Amino acid sequence: MKNARAFLLLLCGLTLAAPAFAAPDDSQIDRGHKVYDKWCFPCHGTGVGKPGTASLAARGQKPAVLEERTDLTAPTIKTFVRHGVLFMPTFRKTEISDADLDAIAAYLTRNNKP
Amino acid sequence: MRVPPGVSPGDFAAALKRFEEAVGKEWVFTSDEDIDTYRDSYSPFWHENEEPIPSAAVAPDGVEQVQKIARIANTYKIPLWTISTGKNLGYGGSAPLLGGSVVLDLKRMNRILEVNDKNHYALVEPGVSYFDLYHYVQEKGLNVWIDPPDPGWGSLVGNALERGGGYTPMRDHFDAHCGMEVVLANGEVVRTGMGALPNSKTWQQYKYGFGPYVDGIFSQSNLGIVTKMGFWLYPPPEAYLSGNVVVSKHDDLFALVEIFANLMNSGMVQATTTVVSPLAFARPDAELAAARASGSTRDLEQYAARKNIGYWSVSLPFYGPAKVVAAQWEHAKEKFSVILGVKFQDGASYRFPLDADQLAKITNPVPFGVPSLQTFSIGGPRSQGHMWFSPIIPMTGEAVLEAQEVFAQVYRDLGSSNSASAAFPVWNFFARAFVIIYFFPIEHDVEKNKRNREIFRRLVKTSAERGWGEYRTHTAFMGDIMDAYSFNNHALLRLHETMKDALDPNGILSPGKNGIWPKGLRKAKA
Repeated sequence: MKNARAFLLLLCGLTLAAPAFAAPDDSQIDRGHKVYDKWCFPCHGTGVGKPGTASLAARGQKPAVLEERTDLTAPTIKTFVRHGVLFMPTFRKTEISDADLDAIAAYLTRNNKP
Repeated sequence: MRVPPGVSPGDFAAALKRFEEAVGKEWVFTSDEDIDTYRDSYSPFWHENEEPIPSAAVAPDGVEQVQKIARIANTYKIPLWTISTGKNLGYGGSAPLLGGSVVLDLKRMNRILEVNDKNHYALVEPGVSYFDLYHYVQEKGLNVWIDPPDPGWGSLVGNALERGGGYTPMRDHFDAHCGMEVVLANGEVVRTGMGALPNSKTWQQYKYGFGPYVDGIFSQSNLGIVTKMGFWLYPPPEAYLSGNVVVSKHDDLFALVEIFANLMNSGMVQATTTVVSPLAFARPDAELAAARASGSTRDLEQYAARKNIGYWSVSLPFYGPAKVVAAQWEHAKEKFSVILGVKFQDGASYRFPLDADQLAKITNPVPFGVPSLQTFSIGGPRSQGHMWFSPIIPMTGEAVLEAQEVFAQVYRDLGSSNSASAAFPVWNFFARAFVIIYFFPIEHDVEKNKRNREIFRRLVKTSAERGWGEYRTHTAFMGDIMDAYSFNNHALLRLHETMKDALDPNGILSPGKNGIWPKGLRKAKA
């Protein structure tokens, strides 16, 4: 985990250029939206009192709200969720299952350009 | 593969196989990738060999499976480290205290068994978070408030067992619980309070049942696995009103705290607030730096007067009927008016329920029963984590000043520039006493973490010398703090150990939790 975190710290300052991949279906995106609202929105959502959004903004990530990004990749999202970064902790499979994590990735990559 | 201490690889493999039979193969985690998710994301042992890493994790979804796991662990002498939601960040997260323990992850036990909005209580399993319960109440339109702590993803059960605090009049979370279900180390299920009565109708309405009240021995302990817990909830108040009391002189603190304590202890103030010095949060400038450097209280008083910010302040939160909270604020103002030059400022005022637009404008909605993660902004955008030093001190101005001076001296003695601030906030999360919640950054820097651990341990020792003890701590310091509670040759710890040996003779439950070790791992006391 520690090597992965060192990698992530470097990654944080970089643009997460996204290679194209197969578009997920709507039901997977809907599921991902629900899981995102439960697990990610309280920190990464819009509005006041969202430390994840504030952290990304302070570190120059644009847009800072994850749902507005079009450059995230599924592997990147999964790495952050399972390994954490800065004050974001790890999330276990008992919290976010692999299937739910796939759905989050589908939701957050839904607007990526092919 | 890691193996628990004192367990042969063969026995461990056999135990894991039986765990798989009990909960299903997919809910026993042994790969490095999965184990990494159980490590403490805010470990003060970052990049050090001392970091306690689990050997495996097992995640049951019901009390019967917990019973099976306890029996298997007893057979093979497997240490289990129980977590609820595992988000106790700053106090150890989901990681064990003893490296090689198997994490007993109760997150899948996430059922909200009952919410009653006529008698205002809930019965939940350990995996239920404050967010979960809040959304359940909202979706069903129930007429209750919950009392979240700062991080909303925590477990009601876990937070109460760790004796955490919130902000509304239900802020003492262990005190607000009513009835438990506990799996003992031998796998037997016990229900406490009225729950011991088959078909009880009042398990969540009367705490004590009949006979000795045992709930306390399952908090901050390793004597059982709590699988259900009842909580008293708060009937939604009509209104909230806060008023700020500001005084101008250093020595006004004595009267300010004395009157505040009177209002607290008479029930006029029932919720969490903090006594602070506005000087501590003033925008730094040359004048303030000079006043601080002079060491002169009078210089700081004059600076505060020029800037019109006050030397000390306390914000009073009132919950209840609109007419009542207004009258309480008026009463408080009368009481504080004996302090020469005191100023009163009306603060936030709300009528409930809040609509979505109102709620969206509130940075920290936790005092209004709405869970949030806003607290994680505390270390700034590049924070790598934190932990807390949190001694209980008397609710007196003298104690506040003494604590400031004593803690600042510890920092000076250890040559740290990151000194205790001129006036750190002291909180009233619990009745009758103050608690200082002191922030320690966690960094990915071995030397800085070592230094912080040294400062932390010195603060624990210095506090104990002054008669102050911590209410809760990170797993890394549980032994240090239990050592400080040493009256009569550690009689309390020896009592804990007597209970440990009786209830858990094989020492399978959370070894080392709060300084309580099983016989085989116990160190001799000086």
